[in-house]
Amino acid sequence: MTEWEPVIGLEIHVHLKTRTKMFCACEVAYLDPPNSHTCPVCLAHPGALPVPNLLAIEQTVKLGLALGCEIATRALFHRKNYFYPDNPKGYQISQYDVPLCARGVFVVPRPDGDHEVGITRAHLEEDAAKNVHVGGAGGRIGGSAHTNVDFNRGGTPLLEIVTEPDLRSADDAKRFLQLLRQTIVELGISDAEMEKGTLRADANVSVRERGETGYRTRTELKNMNSFSFIARGMEAEIERQIRVWESGGEVVQQTFDFDAASGTLTPRRSKEEAEDYRYFPEPDLVPVEPGEELVEHARAAVRELPGTRLRRLEAELDFDLAEGLVTSGRDDLYERTPGDRRAVANVVMNELAGARIDPVAVDGDELGKLVEARASLRRAVFAEAIARSGDEGFSAEPYLAEVAVTDVSELGPLIDTILAANPGQVAAFRGGKQGLLGFFVGQVMKETGGRADPRAVNELLREKLAG
Amino acid sequence: MIDTLRLTAERAIGLLERKEVSARELWDAYRAAIAERDDELHCYLTLVDEPNGEGVPIALKDVIGTKGIETTAGSKILKGFVPVYDSTVAQRCKDAGLATLGKTNTDEFAMGSSTENSAFGPSRNPWDPSRVPGGSGGGSAAAVAGGLAPWALGSDTGGSIKQPAALCGIVGLRPTYGAVSRYGIVAFASSLDQVGPTTKTVRDCALLYRIIAGRDPNDSTTADVPEVELPEREDLKGVRVGVPRQMVEAEGIEPGVRDAFEHTLELARELGAEVGDCELPLSVEYGLPCYYLVAPAEASSNLSRYDGVRYGLRVPDAGYHEMVMRTRDEGFGDEPKRRIMLGTYALSAGYYEAYYGQAQKVRTVIRQEHGDAFERFDVLVSPTSPTVAFELGAKTQDPLAMYANDLLTIPSCMAGLPGLNVPCGLSDGLPVGLQLIGPQFAENALFAAGHALEKAIGFDYVPERLR
Repeated sequence: MTEWEPVIGLEIHVHLKTRTKMFCACEVAYLDPPNSHTCPVCLAHPGALPVPNLLAIEQTVKLGLALGCEIATRALFHRKNYFYPDNPKGYQISQYDVPLCARGVFVVPRPDGDHEVGITRAHLEEDAAKNVHVGGAGGRIGGSAHTNVDFNRGGTPLLEIVTEPDLRSADDAKRFLQLLRQTIVELGISDAEMEKGTLRADANVSVRERGETGYRTRTELKNMNSFSFIARGMEAEIERQIRVWESGGEVVQQTFDFDAASGTLTPRRSKEEAEDYRYFPEPDLVPVEPGEELVEHARAAVRELPGTRLRRLEAELDFDLAEGLVTSGRDDLYERTPGDRRAVANVVMNELAGARIDPVAVDGDELGKLVEARASLRRAVFAEAIARSGDEGFSAEPYLAEVAVTDVSELGPLIDTILAANPGQVAAFRGGKQGLLGFFVGQVMKETGGRADPRAVNELLREKLAG
Repeated sequence: MIDTLRLTAERAIGLLERKEVSARELWDAYRAAIAERDDELHCYLTLVDEPNGEGVPIALKDVIGTKGIETTAGSKILKGFVPVYDSTVAQRCKDAGLATLGKTNTDEFAMGSSTENSAFGPSRNPWDPSRVPGGSGGGSAAAVAGGLAPWALGSDTGGSIKQPAALCGIVGLRPTYGAVSRYGIVAFASSLDQVGPTTKTVRDCALLYRIIAGRDPNDSTTADVPEVELPEREDLKGVRVGVPRQMVEAEGIEPGVRDAFEHTLELARELGAEVGDCELPLSVEYGLPCYYLVAPAEASSNLSRYDGVRYGLRVPDAGYHEMVMRTRDEGFGDEPKRRIMLGTYALSAGYYEAYYGQAQKVRTVIRQEHGDAFERFDVLVSPTSPTVAFELGAKTQDPLAMYANDLLTIPSCMAGLPGLNVPCGLSDGLPVGLQLIGPQFAENALFAAGHALEKAIGFDYVPERLR
């Protein structure tokens, strides 16, 4: 039986976190009332000219450095020409053969070793406006009654990252995206949230027989905008292609729209993709020349990469736990928290995440005290402490004072006294009314002011009542 | 009594400063001249009823965006379009107190050499109304020559300021690319378009250039310019004047034009200039064909924004694409359509390298060739137009003959260099223009040489039939 190998490349779009748009001074505010942030430039009035946003250029350089890219000393903007209502100039200003960042390598750690993913390019462009097709079927312009266009999004800075076809499974692709996302978030250049659309991913997928060196026809999966479904969508397409090849058919080049809600892929009409964009250098802009100062400033912002940290943490934890900590941005707190590494990791990953505590707000030393005392704290007390751990000025001390009484030398005499004071209940228990155990536990709790460890009390009570 | 045919802007400024006339009297004088002669000359597309400044009036070519004043670029597709913002040059004129008389006629989107491509009918030459005033800025040139404006602004892509100035017997400057802001100018070919003055004298030209020139944060391609010096000297001592052999020997130069040019060279020598031959073989041979690849390519993209979606003409149809096609079909005249098709073809996949890419390489060669010439010369001179003003309709059926009109103005435009037209005589009672070309940002040198020659030539800029 043939063994098939998926070949996946990704194209990722990231909304940059700038105050103003890419080529004009309009504020970036996607959620404000439609068309409330527009000007002659982003509405493409006659004579309007673009002026590049320097912050967006610096942010792109930052990411390029994090991805190990070469930074162009003289990058060009190009025009990509096509007609669509969301594209007011009739061309999008993008980058073509001389992008800001090119030829990088992003290392994605896997349980079985490092996986190097080639970064073809990372470039800057402007986003399109938002079309809302009213009436008709399928959210397409064809057949709709009319189309409303919201230009608030039009002209906002968009970072495009293109990888080489180096990914070999849907899981690899997901893992790459998660690490990339974390890198972007840490650089502070974008929220990179798929759910909010600030991170969007397209995938180019093909399969080949293991050992084959060439690439077969690929299909494009558009808008894989959900971390939960992205792997599933790619897997479905991989399986479909394998079925096609195995049944003697041929995969045809095609574009699919991914619906994150249902996880299904819908083919696009081929007519919509047959385009000649007539790229040429944007004559309204001079070449972008990121100076040494800008590059060094950007380089200073690039910290240890998530992948490197993952490898470091894996040495003291297992891969999954290390990966979970890093891709959720919780590893910094983990490293700031003293104590047993696995116990700390578990608390940071499970308890803190469950309580939706912002890890940045947590004092690692205080959290370390809680983790250390966890075994001797009552569950409710521990939960309460965790819930408060992100508060300003949080101290573990008041919670530690409530360390449960587990000492037999302290509990024993107390239980003896309680049993002696309730001879009727003792007799009834011994006569088979096992439910009375709760009564005795309650008495002990009452006497200790709730500080007794329930498990220890239970054990001791059973022992003494049995006797 | 104000003689608008004779009055220079410089003298008008003096009259205002000395309070010999009021701004209102000046305005009214031009309005009276317009009322008297514009029915015949058709210089204006739009007239402004009330002055918006207390200074000398000015006429603006209708590709120059003016807030609140209709701006059509001579096209039906922008009929009724009123900009919401002022172009930088319109703003600078306002800041200088200049009052906008109105918007002058132009070939549609500045594409043409006779104004016969205006969607609103041609302008006529004040020297002989059966002849064209040149183009595309024929409206501005005819207005100044015909006394319907003291001065005017035009725009020049391949000769649209210099050639009409030559045909109407006035002064016109195409500034260095990047000297004057293009912000708010309806774009034809972004890497070539420049706004410049059309005036009666070289000193007027320097005065108006001083108002509009200089870096503009809204146009990334602008630069700081040297301080403008009003020319005083009336000799050419020590000035090295180069005569590009291929330009004066070019086919199609009328004998009368050649005679006037040769006579001017004699005068230059008498004024102390060192006149010598130089070579621009490739610039002259390839300038025109390269221009007709680069300019239409950029135009095909620049004119994409006229899609009927946001402003201007919209011809409704069943769907979006149908609406765009009908709008553009009915909104654009033959010349824009011809150039959009030419440019789209030149940028298409598979043809880009052979056409647009190659043309850009040749452009570099043209730049170098001019650079070499300026190692030996301070200014280069040639006739501006190979012919004097031609009859209306003489070339409308033959686009290539019309294009050939710009043979001598185009090479320096392709090189981004400043060029000045100074009237240098008459041929059969019609003005002949002298073209002076300088190195980048050497406008002061052009003004100095142009002024000295102007004085020596003693050309009377008032059309003979109107004296």
